[in-house]
Order: sequence, then C-alpha cells, then structure tokens
Amino acid sequence: MNAPAAPERTSHASRIQRVVSKSGVEAWLVEDYTVPLIALEFAALGGSSQDPADKSGVAYFLSGILDEGAGPYDSAAFHERLDECAIELRFHADRDVFSGHLRTLAKRKDEAFEMLRLSLMEPRLDEEPLERVRHQIEAGIRHEMNDPDSVVSRAFFEAAFPDHPYGKQVHGSLESLPRIARDDLLAYQGRIIARDAIRIGVVGAIDAAALAEALDHVFGGLPASAKRNPVPDVAPAGVGSRKVIPLDIPQSSLRFGGPGLARRDPDWIPALVVNHILGGGVFSARLFREVREKRGLAYSVYSHLAPLQHSALFLGGTSTKNERTAESLALIESEIRSMADDGPTADELDKAKKYLVGSYALNFDTSTKIASQLVRIQLDDLGLDYMDRRNGLVQAVTLEEAKRVAKRLLGDGRLLVTVVGQPVGL
Amino acid sequence: MTAAEAPSADPSAPVRGEGPQVSDFKLANGLEVVVIPDHRTPVVTHMIWYRNGSADDPIGKSGIAHFLEHLMFKGTSNHPQGEFSNIVAELGGQENAFTSLDYTAYYQRVAKEHLGAVMDLEADRMSNLVLSDEVVDPERDVVLEERRMRVETDPGAQLGESVASALFTHHPYGIPIIGWMHEIESLGRADALEFYKRFYTPENAILVVAGDVEADEVKALAEKTYGRISARGDAPVRRRPQEPDTRAYRRVSLADPKVEQPSLQLGFLVPSYTTAQPGEAEAIDVLTQILGAHATGRLHRRLVMDKRVAVGTGGWYQSTAVDRSRLVLYAVPRPGVALEDLEKDLVAAIAELVEKGVDEKELERAKTRLIADTVYAQDSQASLARIYGSTLATGGTVRDVARWPSDIEKVSADDVRRAAAQWLDARRCVSGYLVKDEAA
Repeated sequence: MNAPAAPERTSHASRIQRVVSKSGVEAWLVEDYTVPLIALEFAALGGSSQDPADKSGVAYFLSGILDEGAGPYDSAAFHERLDECAIELRFHADRDVFSGHLRTLAKRKDEAFEMLRLSLMEPRLDEEPLERVRHQIEAGIRHEMNDPDSVVSRAFFEAAFPDHPYGKQVHGSLESLPRIARDDLLAYQGRIIARDAIRIGVVGAIDAAALAEALDHVFGGLPASAKRNPVPDVAPAGVGSRKVIPLDIPQSSLRFGGPGLARRDPDWIPALVVNHILGGGVFSARLFREVREKRGLAYSVYSHLAPLQHSALFLGGTSTKNERTAESLALIESEIRSMADDGPTADELDKAKKYLVGSYALNFDTSTKIASQLVRIQLDDLGLDYMDRRNGLVQAVTLEEAKRVAKRLLGDGRLLVTVVGQPVGL
Repeated sequence: MTAAEAPSADPSAPVRGEGPQVSDFKLANGLEVVVIPDHRTPVVTHMIWYRNGSADDPIGKSGIAHFLEHLMFKGTSNHPQGEFSNIVAELGGQENAFTSLDYTAYYQRVAKEHLGAVMDLEADRMSNLVLSDEVVDPERDVVLEERRMRVETDPGAQLGESVASALFTHHPYGIPIIGWMHEIESLGRADALEFYKRFYTPENAILVVAGDVEADEVKALAEKTYGRISARGDAPVRRRPQEPDTRAYRRVSLADPKVEQPSLQLGFLVPSYTTAQPGEAEAIDVLTQILGAHATGRLHRRLVMDKRVAVGTGGWYQSTAVDRSRLVLYAVPRPGVALEDLEKDLVAAIAELVEKGVDEKELERAKTRLIADTVYAQDSQASLARIYGSTLATGGTVRDVARWPSDIEKVSADDVRRAAAQWLDARRCVSGYLVKDEAA
C-alpha cells in the first residue's frame, strides 16, 4: 500500500473491508499507511446493564482491572511492557457496552495484539490490583459526590429509570463495590465478552490478511456466544416532574429530558435534524441563541438524542446562577414547546441539513474516530454502506416530516427536570 | 510528500523525518504561516493564533484576553453579529476558540474546498471587530456563568487557583485565565477594544493550516485574505513582571464541606522550553514522565503499590510557556491517610530519585512513550495544528518541533537526576491540600 486514493472521490464503503477470520471473528477495516500506527476499537453488547442486581459496578470494575496484569505479567510488568512498546490499551464500560481501545505503532503490532489477547484470555485479577482498583473507583465516586454535573446526571437517571438497571450508576456505589468479588468479575467476563457479542473496528497500517490472523489470535479463544440476562425495554419515568437536590453552590445545574427515539427508528434522522435546530452544538441553535446569546443566562446549554439499547432519551442540560434558574428553565420549556407545536422553519431546516451534511466528514479525521464509527455502525446494525447513505438520508428530510417528528419527539413539551444547587423560585 | 512512506522496519530508527512535511513562511505584513499537509480525509483545520493570553491582561483587568475571545464572535463591520458562525455552520464547519496563559486561538474545521471562505472571515475579524454594549453586557454574564460553572462550584478548581497564586507570587501566571470574579464584573467594551487594537495585528499572529492542502494553495489564499491587512509595524511587546527565585516553601489548604475525596498537589517553579538552557526542559519532560506516568511512574510504584498510601498519582509539566513555568505532582490518598504523611512519602520518592538516580530501563521507557506520542499526534490534524501553534506562539520554531524527538533521545539518566535535584526543591514548591471542612 502507499498513498491513499484521493478520498473525496472514494466512497467510505469502498474503503471499508469486511474481514472475517478463519474462526469466524469479523472486523471492519480501513487500511491506511499514512501514519505508521493501528487503532483497534471493540465493543461487547452488555455494559453495566448486565451487572448483577445487588452488585452494580461489576462491568466498570472489570474495565479497570483487565489491564492490571495477565498471563506471565503481574500488574507492574504488564504496564511496563505496554510502556516499553508505547502501546495504549484500555477498557471502558457504559450502560450498554463493554469496550476496548488499542492503539499501537505499526512496528509493535504483534506485541500489542498479544497484550490485548492476554488481557482478554488470561487476566490475573491479582489481589493487590483488585483492592487498588476498588479503592480507585471509590475515590472517583467520592470525588463526584458533590460535583454538580455528576449529581444532577445521577439524579436524572435515577428518576427516569427507578426500577431498571439504567437507573444505577455505571461506576457502582460505595455500598455495592465492597460486595464485588473476583468471581463476580470473572463471571461477568465469561458471560459478556463473547465472539457473537463483539463488534470490531480497525484503522491503519495493516492489511486484511494480517488482521484476519490477528483476530483469530486475539479473539478466537473467546466463548462463542454471550449469555446476557434479559433487560426489559423501558420508557423514562417521571416526565412532568421536577426534583431539586439542595447543594451549597452559587449556580444551579440542570438536566431535562423525556422519551427519545431508538437508533433504528425510521424517524431517527428527522429527529436528529430537529434536535440540532433546537439544541445542537452551533451558535444558531434555538436554546443557545435564547439562553446564552440573548440573555447571558448560561455558558453551556444543549440537548441531544441519547439512544440506549433498551430505552431512548431526549436529554439536555445547562448551568445557570441560582437567582435566574427559574427564568432559564421557563425559557427552555417554552422553546421546546414551540418546537413541538410549530416545528422548525424552512430556513432552519435548510441550514441544519447543510451543517449536518457538511460536517459529517469531520467525524473521520483520526484513526481512532474512524474505528469508533465502524464499531458504532455495527452495533446499530446500519450496514457497511451507511457512511455513504447517511448524508442522503439527511438531505431527504422534508419540512412536513421535521414538523411531524418534532411533535412526536417533544410531545406536549413536558419534561423530567432534575436540578442541583439552590435555585430560587423552583 | 510523505504520504506514501512505508512504516519503518527498524524499531530503533529515529522518528525524525517520518512526520509530515511542514512549510512555514511569512506574508509581507508580518503574518507567520505554517502548513501541515494531511491528505487522508478531505478536511482542513484552520487556526489563527495570537501571541497574547491572560498573562498579558493589564493589572486590574484580569480576564480581558478571555472576554475578548468571546466577543470576537460578535460581528464586524462587514459581517454583522451571527453571520460568521452562520456561514461556518452552513459550510458544515465546526468552530471554536480558546484562551491560554500565553496565547489565544480561533479555529474552524471545514471541508477543504471551504478553506478560502473561513480564511476570508477570520482575516476580516482581525481588524474589523464591532462591539456595542448590547452584545457586550450579556456576554459578560455568559463569562460569569462560565466561571461559576468551572470554579465557583468546584473546590478542587478553587484550590488550583490558590496554588497558582502562591507559586507565582509576582508573575501573572498566578492569575486565573478566566479572571477573578470581581474584575470580570468590571470589564467593558472599551477594555476589550483597547486589548484588541494592541494585540490583534498580522505581526502578532500565526496562521496554522493542517489538512488536505498544499503550501502553495494556502499561500495564495493567505495573500488574498490576510495579506490585505496592512502591517502595523513591530509586533507588540509583552511586558510582564518576572517571577523572582522563591525561597520559602509554601502550603495552601482549602477546606470545604463538599469535599468527600481529599487530594494533594505539589507545584514547582521550573523553566519552560522558552526560558530553559538547551536540554534542560527536555530533561524535565523526561523527569515528569518517570515520576508521574500513569501506572509505571515512580510515584505510582512507591505511593500506590509499595506503601499503599495513595490510590492514584500523576504529574504534568506546563512546558510550552513564554516565561518560567511549573511542574505539578499530585496524589490521591487512601482512606485514613493524612495529607501531611502522604506529602512526606511523595517528597521521599523525589529524594530517592535525586540520591540514587534513575535506571536505564525506566529512562528508555519514558523516552519511548514521549517520542511515540509524536507519532500518535500525526494521526490528528487538529493535534498537530495545536502543537505547532502553541510552540510558535511561545517563542519556539517549526524546527524545534521537528527536532524534539531527537532532543528527548539525548536526555541522559544523569540529566534527569540533576533536573530533579535542581528543580524539585522545597524552596521552589507550593503544596496544595484539598480537605473536607468538618466544622461546617
């Protein structure tokens, strides 16, 4: 391989290779030798929603311990080996997936794949790192205990999903962490990190044949199928209610939201456009314009669509001084109602489409970003050609459709609102 | 071009030469231009850097550099309020800006065919800013909310400000970038325009373009846009009081009832790349890595693994700075460990390094890691643009960036030991304690 073909003339799909190893492990690959490195991202369906009911935090704990010693290497030796080869390896868990992130110089790829294999197949979970990682997670929880953004987000998810795994903290709690034993971590790993649950994206200086071999080496020994516990589909609760958590700070932090749309919903793309006009990351978004630009009520104000495997949220936030919190919230509610009732204008729709179409390419300017997109598209089952189709889908959104979907998404404008601080008049 | 270059087969081959072919030149009006080609994706990152930051705020006007950065989005005589951002958004571009101690930068990321359009807008904004009280007043409230969000609601950030104030007793690095609350409240339109006229000139700016372009295209576009701005004469001179050698170890402690997780930090007054003797800052970079690396550093080994007094440790060196700068080491204690005891252990780990030096293996590990980061940075045009922009804005050159890996390679174990002995000295140190206020 050498210089990549002129990319603007080359569709993404034609650059994506679907690589299937001998043992049947699949990955999507974008081969590129411009920079001598390889990024590999993977995700296993499951995440913290597969934590045992009384042991929240297992997935997150496992993500913190898998790089703390494996095979012949104890924790210190494992990290020294990574550093010697300048390999970046880390794991993460969110509500829906357990994920892994590997980045290596091309010349160290064999060592990198071996370290990833060891961490997945032969993790040691030695006593010292077990205790240490538990302490680290607990320190993180204490650090966030009175952090306004963490408090208000926790309160929102607790209120939206009171009897559901989504209402629990991904990190676990100071009560649940001491209950988590080595066997719980191993049991989770054996159940969740399985070949049929994993989606893999690879970008960089490696060809399909070499990747296929690496896939067998790294993932071939995993169990064939995951054993996930059923998680019920759920709609967010508490819509129309407000919860205030008092904290001695001069500014209130808010989360607001309600039901959203599933990623595979046929109205997803129009909803994306509508949300962009309402609370997307541009200066012209209605919330930004009304709350920040015109009135100086907040530094940050946004909304977004948060699709989950078993639910879907429309979710937004802002932070505004206590004395003006009521004013900010009233303004946000009124903007949401007005978007629900009247939808966007033709001009807004036109501009939003231009932005969303034009900026899509900005998601693909680093190897890690591309690899993450490859994983995301597989998780959402959107197809190998999605990147090529996506802008056409945005272009096709009509004003009638946008208005209908605004109504569907925002309904009567009622919201679940959580606030932390000392808001005046709420 | 290097786009076709195959990865080096020899793991010990120097990194130098593998990177992008960077061009730099000056326009007739004094504007410096840097072009970093990256042809993988048809997008460009366009940045304009001004050699002024919060450390150039006039006395009593802290926060004006940052406030002006906000106000730069308020329109010009050619493009009234909102037009700039609307055009960028319609082009499918993303934009933002940031203010640091030594520089202020504005950027857009767009498809490559729109580079000329954003250059035209940014050039316009360099000399035609229009401000009215109607836009200045609400934006001041936005900045006050920003400060509330980042600092007034976060005891850890408040301690960080106090450590900086204690470390820099005289130099403006001791003043927060965003400014002090009471001074932001007093900033107005005239302050912003005065600062703008002084610093927003072609001689004081650096244009950095990274992405799917060639140097001659950028040159032609730059001449058509920025080239139309008339020269103002010499670049403005930054006049800052310099930090004296400090002699007293200082401790600041912040107690707040909201603190559930205490922490410790030690800040040291050290040279930056700009003020250091040759090789000195490179040695401090390696030292910081050896002490503070996430899971392999000395602090982690001694405090987290051996003594089990901390759950986490780390360090960072603010190496890219115009004046004397700082190195910060930190540790988060295990439950029941007093910060005084944790500090003794941290200082003992430094003393051990000063006394016994570092072994070749940990030296190599640290250098490998630092040099590999330069390869990883090549994967992101935005990261590359930031590296070049911040280096040039603090007095460095394109050559300095290119030779940095080989300069790091030259650092010896003895250099590291000497750097620790010289700079990690109690007389240059401020410790910061974040604790729970139990009385409240």
